[in-house]
Amino acid sequence: MTAYETVIGLEVHVELATKSKIFCSCENGSDAEPNTHVCPACCGMPGMLPVANRQVVNLGMTAGMMLNCDINRTTTFDKKSYYYPDLPASYQTTQWFAPVAVNGCVTIDTPNGPKDIRIKQIHMEEDAGKLVHDNLTFTTLVDFNRTSVPLIEIVSQPDLRNADEVEAYLERLRTLLRFAKVSSARMEKGTMRADVNLSVRPAGSDELGVRTEMKNMASIAAIRRAIEYETARHIDAIENGTEELVQETRGWNDDAGQSFSMRTKETAGDYRYFPDPNIMPVVIDDEWYDRIRASLPELPEAKRERYMTEVGLSDYDADMLVQSRAFCDCFEGAVEAGAAPKDAANWIITNCAGVLNKRGMTSDELPVPGNALGQLIALVNDGKLSSANGKRLLETLFDLSETEEGIPDDVAALADAEGLLNSSDTGALEAVVAAVIAADPETAQAYRDGREKALNPLFGACMKELKGKCDTQVLRELLISELMKS
Amino acid sequence: MSENTLFIAENPNGKPADASLVVGLGDLVLTPDMPTSAGSKMLAGFKSLFPARVAERLQAAGHHIAGKVNIGEFGFDFLGETSWFGPVTNGSGSLTTAAAQLLAATSVDAVVGLDVNGTEARAAALAGQVHVKPTYGCVSRFGTVAIACSGETVDITARSAETAQRILDALAGHDDADGTSLPESECARVTSDGFDQAATAGEVFAAPVAHVKVARGLADTADDDTKRLLDAALDALRAEGVAVSDTAPATDELLKVASTAWNILMCAELCNNVNRFEGMKYGYQAEKCQSIDELYTRSRTEAFGALTKTAILYGSEVLAADNYDRCYDKALRIRRLVSDAIANELAGSATSGEAAGQTAIILPACAKRSYSCDDVEANPYLVFDENRFTAPAAISGLPAVVAGGVQVIGAPFSDVALLRLGDVLASAVSAGKEA
Repeated sequence: MTAYETVIGLEVHVELATKSKIFCSCENGSDAEPNTHVCPACCGMPGMLPVANRQVVNLGMTAGMMLNCDINRTTTFDKKSYYYPDLPASYQTTQWFAPVAVNGCVTIDTPNGPKDIRIKQIHMEEDAGKLVHDNLTFTTLVDFNRTSVPLIEIVSQPDLRNADEVEAYLERLRTLLRFAKVSSARMEKGTMRADVNLSVRPAGSDELGVRTEMKNMASIAAIRRAIEYETARHIDAIENGTEELVQETRGWNDDAGQSFSMRTKETAGDYRYFPDPNIMPVVIDDEWYDRIRASLPELPEAKRERYMTEVGLSDYDADMLVQSRAFCDCFEGAVEAGAAPKDAANWIITNCAGVLNKRGMTSDELPVPGNALGQLIALVNDGKLSSANGKRLLETLFDLSETEEGIPDDVAALADAEGLLNSSDTGALEAVVAAVIAADPETAQAYRDGREKALNPLFGACMKELKGKCDTQVLRELLISELMKS
Repeated sequence: MSENTLFIAENPNGKPADASLVVGLGDLVLTPDMPTSAGSKMLAGFKSLFPARVAERLQAAGHHIAGKVNIGEFGFDFLGETSWFGPVTNGSGSLTTAAAQLLAATSVDAVVGLDVNGTEARAAALAGQVHVKPTYGCVSRFGTVAIACSGETVDITARSAETAQRILDALAGHDDADGTSLPESECARVTSDGFDQAATAGEVFAAPVAHVKVARGLADTADDDTKRLLDAALDALRAEGVAVSDTAPATDELLKVASTAWNILMCAELCNNVNRFEGMKYGYQAEKCQSIDELYTRSRTEAFGALTKTAILYGSEVLAADNYDRCYDKALRIRRLVSDAIANELAGSATSGEAAGQTAIILPACAKRSYSCDDVEANPYLVFDENRFTAPAAISGLPAVVAGGVQVIGAPFSDVALLRLGDVLASAVSAGKEA
């Protein structure tokens, strides 16, 4: 029996995290109410001219550098013509002749060690709109919020051999793009989508088999199932002649667990690419190139290594932090503000992650700046803020990050204004302790008689009275000394 | 079919008493208060949500927009003959454009439109009017229906060079909404103020035209009447002290293929730009269609005229993957060669030691002195041949002025110098007529 090898190349579309669309100033936010982020330009109305968004080029270059590509110093935008109701001008502006980045490489881990996946090119382009089919009224509505949303398409060489490698590659892309703040790169949100090009050949052969392309895969699980199904279908066709394999574009029906033919090479459109004369070629000079190069983040592996050797974190803490660029930024900011690394890591991994989880946010969405967290940790360590109230203050910081004013610079003043700081009035503390002991003489006596656990209800009563606003260590000591006095 | 429709819509707001000049807008220039049909059944009645930048600038300068002027379908035909509203003829029954006829027969002072393929330049040459196609990038194309973006510019037709200059003064300026718009300092060079300041500073583009070179290869393809007119213009220029010589034979050869290259570029861009008119979103929609493909096909079949369909087919062909390199890409290379050749001709005389000043190229704007409707009907694709006179300026983005029946092409930003030369040409021709 012949052994077969699956050959896979990926085209990954990534939505860029820009404020505005690629050729107009509409907000880039496709999940808003339909057709609210639209203007005559992204609706393709006659008379509108495209004006290229510089930040899109910045992010295209950043992605290229993160993926070890060569940057084309003169990069052009081209028109791709086809008719579809979600494409308002009946052409998509993309890059065909001189994409922003070429000849890159991404290294993934495999059971056989590291493996390089070559990147053919990265090009910038605009997204199309979204068709919404209503099966009750048999009508189709179109939402143009997504038209002209900036994308990059990352085209790999056919260097992947199985679903594990594909998953490792996608996860690596996701990490690199998130770290460089190019994109949120979330498949479940549609900000990262993959087209899977797949062929099958006898193991050891140098020739490529007939290739099929599965469009718009939106989850790694679906991609795994699709690769499995397509591989089996191809082998079946080759071995048993069940069907003639043709080069074609296929869709994937994840519910049915089957791929289906969409269009073959023969019926594929000729897109009639040509340079868009309305967008001047983008010339990337040394100053621009160097500025983007200098803005690249430290890679997660390097950070992890540094956190462990230089900062002294455990490998667990380091691993947890480098899951997210926002975690790393917050951690480094908190340490810079004076927090002990271990404390900063704990607060992020435990408390910040808890609040994010509760609010249904991802780790990349951590809104608390490191400086603010550093101040918060200092307040707690100095005994000015109880750890419970520290957590309340953290929630307040999350709330404020969503307001126009944002998080204030002086976190201590905020904690004071919120009434969360410990009482520094020892007289008041003594009065509460005295009152609690007087109100429950039996428990107080039990403690004096050697029942240590009897301290707990007394301590709780004091905390309740003080509304948590005290240094617990101070309270505990005072309570014990008052009990032993009487 | 000939109803001689000059305006397809007139300004509903009336003319203010203190209006400066009265201006018509070619029907590729968008206006929110009047329809913009682009001369096509496809867009009949279409109203834009926003005005073209040039419409705003005209009004800001105190000029009155009288209405929307009839043009041929998508503005790239010979003399407006393909308009959905019908062709226009002049008093002697010859074919003309609505813009030229408005200037000849009404009190409209100027028409501002989009010069895609030299239509109004030809009409102005035939009617003895002044036409200017400014330096590419000096006047915003924002709000004009895009047809052949790489070469088209906003254009001005007027009865005199002075009026054309006043309009150009109002229109020129940088626009962030047009990615091909030049910086303000460069746009200002085509205004009278900016030009005069540069002249004082001794800048080359602001020197008067002291030398014209006859594009002999092209001029010789015109008829005898046209050649006589050109000779009379040259005599008038010599009398003004302007030196006259011929362009180099190599330049002639390139100028003659400029039209072929421009037809490829123009039709390709047109094909792509009118893709958006598919019956779904704008204007005409075929009825009772069973599928979206049928809707696209029938709407376009029923609404586009023959010349547009020809351009779409030709444009599709030259952009097809198998043809791109030998058609479209080659046309881009020819564009570069033609532009370089003209630049060499225009730069040559700076060191030639002749009269101080800059050089322009002079050539006819069309091959005959009049055309009947029958002439064009007999050869509906005449425009793809006779645009050989206007293609050099379209393909190179250089400024071109028509006056006294002939055309002059100059270096970038020589617009004002060309219009002042045009003044000489126009008065020479009118003096010749009187004599």
